[in-house]
Amino acid sequence: MSKHTLSVLVENTPGILARIAALFSRRGFNIDSLAVGVTEHADISRITIVVSVDEFPLEQVTKQLNKLVNVLKIVELEPGQAVQRELVLVKVRSDNETRSQIVEIVQLFRAKTVDVSPEAVTIEATGSSDKLTAMLRMLEPYGIKELVQSGTIAIGRGARSITDRSLRALDRSA
Amino acid sequence: MPMTEQATGAHHPQPRPRSGGQQSAPESVTGAKSLIRSLEEVGVDTVFGIPGGTILPAYDPMMDSSRVRHVLVRHEQGAGHAATGYAQATGKVGVCMATSGPGATNLVTPIADANMDSVPLVAITGQVVSKAIGTDAFQEADIVGITMPITKHSFLVTRAEDIPKTIAEAFHIASTGRPGPVLVDIPKDILQTRTTFSWPPATDLPGYRPVTKPHAKQIREAAKLISAAKRPVLYVGGGVLKAQATAELRILAELTGAPVTTTLMALGAFPDSHPLHVGMPGMHGAVTAVTALQKADLIVALGARFDDRVTGKLDSFAPYAKIVHADIDPAEIGKNRAADVPIVGDAREVIADLVQAVQKEHDEGNKGDYTAWWKDLSRWRDTYPLGYDQPEDGSLSPQQVIERIGQLAPEGTIFAAGVGQHQMWAAHFVQYEKPATWLNSGGAGTMGYAVPAAMGAKAGMPGSAVWAIDGDGCFQMTNQELTTCALNNIPIKVAVINNGALGMVRQWQTLFYNQRYSNTVLHSGPEDVNPDARGTRVPDFVKLSEAMGCYAIRCEDPADLDKVIEEANSINDRPVVVDFIVHEDAMVWPMVAAGTSNDEIMAARDVRPDFGDNEDD
Repeated sequence: MSKHTLSVLVENTPGILARIAALFSRRGFNIDSLAVGVTEHADISRITIVVSVDEFPLEQVTKQLNKLVNVLKIVELEPGQAVQRELVLVKVRSDNETRSQIVEIVQLFRAKTVDVSPEAVTIEATGSSDKLTAMLRMLEPYGIKELVQSGTIAIGRGARSITDRSLRALDRSA
Repeated sequence: MPMTEQATGAHHPQPRPRSGGQQSAPESVTGAKSLIRSLEEVGVDTVFGIPGGTILPAYDPMMDSSRVRHVLVRHEQGAGHAATGYAQATGKVGVCMATSGPGATNLVTPIADANMDSVPLVAITGQVVSKAIGTDAFQEADIVGITMPITKHSFLVTRAEDIPKTIAEAFHIASTGRPGPVLVDIPKDILQTRTTFSWPPATDLPGYRPVTKPHAKQIREAAKLISAAKRPVLYVGGGVLKAQATAELRILAELTGAPVTTTLMALGAFPDSHPLHVGMPGMHGAVTAVTALQKADLIVALGARFDDRVTGKLDSFAPYAKIVHADIDPAEIGKNRAADVPIVGDAREVIADLVQAVQKEHDEGNKGDYTAWWKDLSRWRDTYPLGYDQPEDGSLSPQQVIERIGQLAPEGTIFAAGVGQHQMWAAHFVQYEKPATWLNSGGAGTMGYAVPAAMGAKAGMPGSAVWAIDGDGCFQMTNQELTTCALNNIPIKVAVINNGALGMVRQWQTLFYNQRYSNTVLHSGPEDVNPDARGTRVPDFVKLSEAMGCYAIRCEDPADLDKVIEEANSINDRPVVVDFIVHEDAMVWPMVAAGTSNDEIMAARDVRPDFGDNEDD
């Protein structure tokens, strides 16, 4: 099974997230990560879903998603053609002895310390899943007290926008 | 190529209301009145339902509507199946209405049923007042959430001014593309709010664009395969009936000369009497149809979905066949069986285009030669026709009862079946010649479907005779709607095929559970609890039916069979119920046991057909 990133443009209507999440569980697909947010168009939200599936079930889940009335468009973002980012906030145990070592790791990964207390450092980091995994591996020996991670968001490289055509469809019917 | 007038081009079930047209002058109304006005404007003539607390405001203006007839049912499940029967018989959208909470949840089974069989249905439910939503208020149920996986779409109306638009969208979604159920949930306060009504409303469905026009290149590709095939089969599903493509189908079949098999959902799409018809496929399909698919080198699937009851064990289904798969739902194509030529489109447009493309192939001298194929097919058809044995004890044979009902029924009779043995016998032994004359619960397998569905069909088609072929198990689930029929002048006829048992389950116990009949005997209680009840008839269906205002007859002797059926056919001023006491050991054959390959089809118990496999493969 391989990881696939789907960008799903949806009408900004109540219940749409429930419809999508329910469809995945009903059809037996696991969501690795999910991120929802508004787009440049107030009526459209964008849901980025990362799923681990084979090629054939992926086609089936895409087709089933497309049948949802409030789904406007689905694009699979190929890793090579897209920028993918996650955000983590992580609270690491630290004392006077380890704090500087931790800050060094933070700098190596171009992350940020956003809060410091005598017993802990809180770090904010964005990046690809691989980079964040690597950073967390480095921080682990110091003791991770708390970790929160966002779903992946992704955008295609180049000048083209996946919202263009969907916007035109919205305008026509308005 | 002669084409009939109705066999050309597309049809548009319901024009989509759009902005920019002539809108009616705004009327000041309540939300409830706006709902009823909207139903009138989309062309609803019949609603099946039961009022209750939250939907109550809608029932007041309903009383004044001269265009919408409301049929007061006895259970919301009956309303849902009646709307489904109405839709399947008329081709229009069926409508049911219920109150919040238990009223709405009682619609869940018929909604699931309509979803599995792609029936255009709009379910309108009352909801607790907006402020109370989410507080576990009296008779509150999250019906939008509950029905999410079993509807094509659903709406929770939050503003009274959205009612006309929502109703227009609901009917558009239910009836176009792959049809299906749509739920509209309306809080009570929205129904009570003052608003304005104007028609047609501007609709806004940017994410809903069903593809109806097939791709020309795929059509040409399919036509080439049809011409090149040696052993093709046209595998016809319910989509052909829904697209009203039966005239086109007949032209295509006769042009190609390929055998046609119609699934349980498609009976009537192609005349049973037609020489190209090889029967129904599937678990209880005709030996010829099942074997034709297994041996085919090309399957042209038209509005069918390779359901597990058709394919049997999927990886051994039709091993030699290339697949042309045409369906209006892209998600069906390649879902169960990979397609060599996928075609997304409305069955009517697909078949009309295929006719032209195949004709072009013929004009170029590429006509398929299926002579050898028909030699095989005819041999199987002659050797393994559908049949049954008469019971040795002189009791009524259920198959014969159903066969005679079919033969004695007036032309154009609509048949509705429940689920189980009687359903399969009704599929086998009634001849279906015309579309929309066979209604049943195919995908969901909903016991209790027959009586309310027959009621809905009769309400929609009052000029046609409607026979419900029901089992005694099914009948006991929904027979209360006979009261509705009696009180609302909906004179259906019901044949209770009464074997005193849950027959299909009993058949499996006979075949696969060493004849241990656990909990399948209906006519008496457990022997150790109530030994005196054995063999008694509780309930007495004749008395029960009479109590509900029906004319009721019991038939036990084969000698009376025709007389009783003719008597039932002659009564049209009230519902008729015939309690046919039939032999309990009759079984449905042919049969492919669940989970096995269609190659393992048994023509009858311990009779494995001989296909002369050695010479074929």
